[in-house]
Amino acid sequence: MSATKTGPGQHRGHGRRPGPGEVAGRIGAPVVLALFMAAVIVPFLPLLSAAVQPAGTPLTGLELPRGLHLENFAGAWVTAGFGSLLWSSVLIALAVVPASVFFASLAGYALATMNFRGREKIFAYLLLGLAIPTEVTVIPLYYDLRAIGLTNTRWGLVLVEIAAFMPFGAFWMRSHFSTMPRALIEAAKLDGASSWRILWGVLMPNSRPAVTTLGVLYFVWCWNQFMLPLILIQDPAQRTAPAGLGFFTGQYNVDVPLLAAATVIVIAPVVLVYLFFQRHFIRGVLDGALKG
Amino acid sequence: MAANRLSGPVAAGRREAPPIQRRLPAARRRPRRRPASAALLYLAPAVLLYTLFTVLPALHTGYLSLFDWDGVTLPSFAGLGNYRLVFADPQLRAAAVHAGTLIIFFSALPILFGLVGAALVARHRRRGMGFVRTVLFLPQVVPLVAVGIMWRWVYAEDGVVNQVLRQAGLGEAAQAWLGSFDWALLAVGLIGTWVVSGLCLVLFLSGTQRIDREIYEASRMDGAGPVREFVSITVPLLRPEIAVALSITVIAALASFDLIYTTTGGGPGNSTVVPGILIYRLAFGGGAVGLASALAVVLTAVIFAIVLTLNRLIREVP
Repeated sequence: MSATKTGPGQHRGHGRRPGPGEVAGRIGAPVVLALFMAAVIVPFLPLLSAAVQPAGTPLTGLELPRGLHLENFAGAWVTAGFGSLLWSSVLIALAVVPASVFFASLAGYALATMNFRGREKIFAYLLLGLAIPTEVTVIPLYYDLRAIGLTNTRWGLVLVEIAAFMPFGAFWMRSHFSTMPRALIEAAKLDGASSWRILWGVLMPNSRPAVTTLGVLYFVWCWNQFMLPLILIQDPAQRTAPAGLGFFTGQYNVDVPLLAAATVIVIAPVVLVYLFFQRHFIRGVLDGALKG
Repeated sequence: MAANRLSGPVAAGRREAPPIQRRLPAARRRPRRRPASAALLYLAPAVLLYTLFTVLPALHTGYLSLFDWDGVTLPSFAGLGNYRLVFADPQLRAAAVHAGTLIIFFSALPILFGLVGAALVARHRRRGMGFVRTVLFLPQVVPLVAVGIMWRWVYAEDGVVNQVLRQAGLGEAAQAWLGSFDWALLAVGLIGTWVVSGLCLVLFLSGTQRIDREIYEASRMDGAGPVREFVSITVPLLRPEIAVALSITVIAALASFDLIYTTTGGGPGNSTVVPGILIYRLAFGGGAVGLASALAVVLTAVIFAIVLTLNRLIREVP
């Protein structure tokens, strides 16, 4: 701030007035952002356009649809079974998200506020999971879960997803709890509160943003998980919406408007949740990445 | 155990204090100290689930990789034979080459776009960034199956790409891009670029907010042009963000199963096979569970090596 426009550096040139580069930048910034946004949006347009075309219409690309044929959505929902697929995904998310947030909070609480031998080692052990790809767990998961009758059930998938979400959640809640003032915990302890009471009576009520962010991230990851449901659930009645979509596209000659409508149905819940909690989601992805 | 009982919350902040100094006041002031068992109870659900359904399966994969197994009959011990095959088999080597190529599209291009975009935008005060971020993050939220379907239509015979080419009088070049031996990998790679570029830009923009505007002003006083500014200020100061972007995007490139599965399935021929696709094919259809496992182990080792290297880079930041 101290370097003003009349500073000594000026003699060397360029700094005086907004030079040509400066002006270009001032116009350039919105142009760059507009280009980025257009690039994001354009691929969605053929999808949205195709979803409202009359049944049987071939692909039309960027042209405006002829009319507004919402019966594709009814067809995808009922005939192609995406209504029940969606329900299946909702059930799985309703089990995975709260349980994951709960267990991750417990773990993060212990890691952030308690001293015990091996704490750093347990934390490092959990963090390792952030780099374990699904590819390396899915083969035995399939054979082992099948052996105990947990393939083709939602429960098997739910357990596997909760487990896969633990490393990030424990990490996230640990860094959240360690930012909370220790005086809060100490005061509660002096009042004779148990560690359980401290967590649920003192810390959690003051953790709404962190918990919401974790919940939103978990929901998006759970909804979008593809490889696990594809392999662990072969029964079409138990499948998730994205896995169902994967199978649906693989079938013979799928009607373009019908497939488009089905895709919109599968995308809609997760996009709505995102739009509603966008700040939480973006903060979660950025903070989660940077703190790691 | 002893260490636990003695180090109270007061001591927690200064673990480096010599033990004697810490022991006396802590022991006097803290009559009751939560034993480790309480902490372990809190950790138990997370650690147990994670161990049972992530770590043990991963180790089991390592074990399976030492056998020839079709998934049905009795496995037979193969030693390191599967690993030899991973490095010798041309199809498996092709998958490795494709994964490496995808890193260019998933990591290098988005980071370049993000850096240039951030540099062009960062110098100027912005309004409405909330909306911009919302749009740019959208590809992070849409399931990759749906992304694949959308882009299949973008690349189709009558898709957007060919429409644009025909409008520009380049109709000759129009083709079904994902069905082309020459173009499919590039086409799939650009989908990855689309998915992560917005994330990179937003990540870098949030990083530039950390950079003091005075640095830019000072460099401009000294007559530094935009290119100079980019190379000697923006890029070095964004090193932590670049390392983070690298680790996110490289993992996305190496684990690109969803996208490939829904766009090309590895084809045409084997021109877009990646490790994930081969693991899926070999283990759940190809009757080569051991080989698939070995490939999965190698993939994991590569990911671990990359993540560890990048973590070190992040920590080294001054």
